[in-house]
Amino acid sequence: MTIALSGKEIAHQMEEKFPQSIIESSPEWLVVDRQFLLEVAAYLKKTPKLDFDYLAAITAVDYLDYFEVNYLLTSLRRNHSLVLKARCYGRDNPSLPSVVSLWRSADFQEREIYDLFGISFEGHPNLKRIVLWDGFQGHPLRKDYL
Amino acid sequence: MVIKTEPFVVNIGPAHPSTHGVFRMRTTLDGEVVVDMEPVFGYLHRGIEKLAEERTYTGCIPLTDRLDYLASMSNNFAYVLAVEKLAGIAVPERAEYIRVIMAELQRIASHLIAVGTFLNDCGAFQTPVVYMIREREKILDLFEMACGQRLTYNYMRVGGVSQDVPEEFAPALGKFLKEMPGWINEYDQLLKDNEILLARAKGVGILSKELAINIAASGPVLRASGVKWDIRRADPYSIYDRFNFDIPTGNAGDCYDRYRVRVEEMRQSLRILKQALKDLPQGEARSEVPQRLHPPVGEVYGHIEAPRGDLGFYLVSDGSIAPYRFHVRAPTLINLTALRDMVVGWKVADLIIIFGSIDICMAEVDR
Repeated sequence: MTIALSGKEIAHQMEEKFPQSIIESSPEWLVVDRQFLLEVAAYLKKTPKLDFDYLAAITAVDYLDYFEVNYLLTSLRRNHSLVLKARCYGRDNPSLPSVVSLWRSADFQEREIYDLFGISFEGHPNLKRIVLWDGFQGHPLRKDYL
Repeated sequence: MVIKTEPFVVNIGPAHPSTHGVFRMRTTLDGEVVVDMEPVFGYLHRGIEKLAEERTYTGCIPLTDRLDYLASMSNNFAYVLAVEKLAGIAVPERAEYIRVIMAELQRIASHLIAVGTFLNDCGAFQTPVVYMIREREKILDLFEMACGQRLTYNYMRVGGVSQDVPEEFAPALGKFLKEMPGWINEYDQLLKDNEILLARAKGVGILSKELAINIAASGPVLRASGVKWDIRRADPYSIYDRFNFDIPTGNAGDCYDRYRVRVEEMRQSLRILKQALKDLPQGEARSEVPQRLHPPVGEVYGHIEAPRGDLGFYLVSDGSIAPYRFHVRAPTLINLTALRDMVVGWKVADLIIIFGSIDICMAEVDR
């Protein structure tokens, strides 16, 4: 059974390592400040007892006030999982740092979020639309797209 | 005399028999050797994630059929598991067994097509695939018996399955389970040590273990690279913890291993089916669930081991009758991440079989 690590516990560890990096946490997930996203992600991947080597999926949700991007992390060796979240505000040009340098599985998925939500990922090697064509107006999965 | 050469760009697809759907590979060739490849998606994008936001939770089930249409049962299964987790709905024992039976039959049916078309791509044109479609027909007959459909089943419901299987289902499944091992042996006799297949597939299109994990490959693609990771074991869902089965893995991560892993998985699925049929209890096939389901506010991620990999549904509920967000973790899209690394340096004919060995379904890649 994959053990879902407590967001609260991990948040506590992260606060010690990177002060003020965690915005909110619950038993199921933790929200990381966008400025610390890459550092926290790298720490989660490289710390032997966390060992999150497998980024299973990335999704985004439009909550109107902000966009929330979820990183579903898994460790194949230790068989545990964690949901890491990051929020970005503003509807004109929301952006987050890209995690492709850590997990290449983010490549197509970040492109998909860019395409359908309009969130740019800074540092992505090939950020362009993936399912819609270049020149398409708008981002269909946003709640204000009709 | 020196002949001047230069690389040139060839579009393979979008409509090409070997792209298994509408997929374009913008390939740069140096003579016959692939020097660069860029996958182009989106020809089959129907906006299923957006469409789902306007439907009830039950109304989304037919949409999931249309994701990976070669494994509709598995898609149904993953989706209803996620909704049940979100709404906290229990499933009757009999329904759990029926679901496992359907999911494993679907795995065999899907792998038959995967292996058959892979051999097609290798140049064994049409002969093996016809053998495999012959067996797949028997599975489709079983599905038709259970739900009246042969491709998009719409069979599973939140809290069970749409209807119980008829009386003649169990004997028909028993007969299939007796015959199928012989057929798999027949394929092996023809193909396993076939010199042409070995020459074409062994050592071709290697995906290393490290890269497979880094790109979050899943299913047979991940296991052929030597990672023993199967959601049915690693994160058991439904009643998979009750069955004995092995997880076949490869070690080289080449096209041949991916083909072998699929064939072995069919054998393991038969093992699970035998146990499930033996223990199939009597009782209800569906629990009482309101037609207009209002799950509590929250979010959930439910995933299963689908034939093509780790298929997950990420749902966000705002307490209304429709999902606020409906995301599909499409294993085939993510498995394609490393396609460029796998094909560069190989010839065009190898590119076709490397792509074929990943086994994709464009309807799921584009959604």
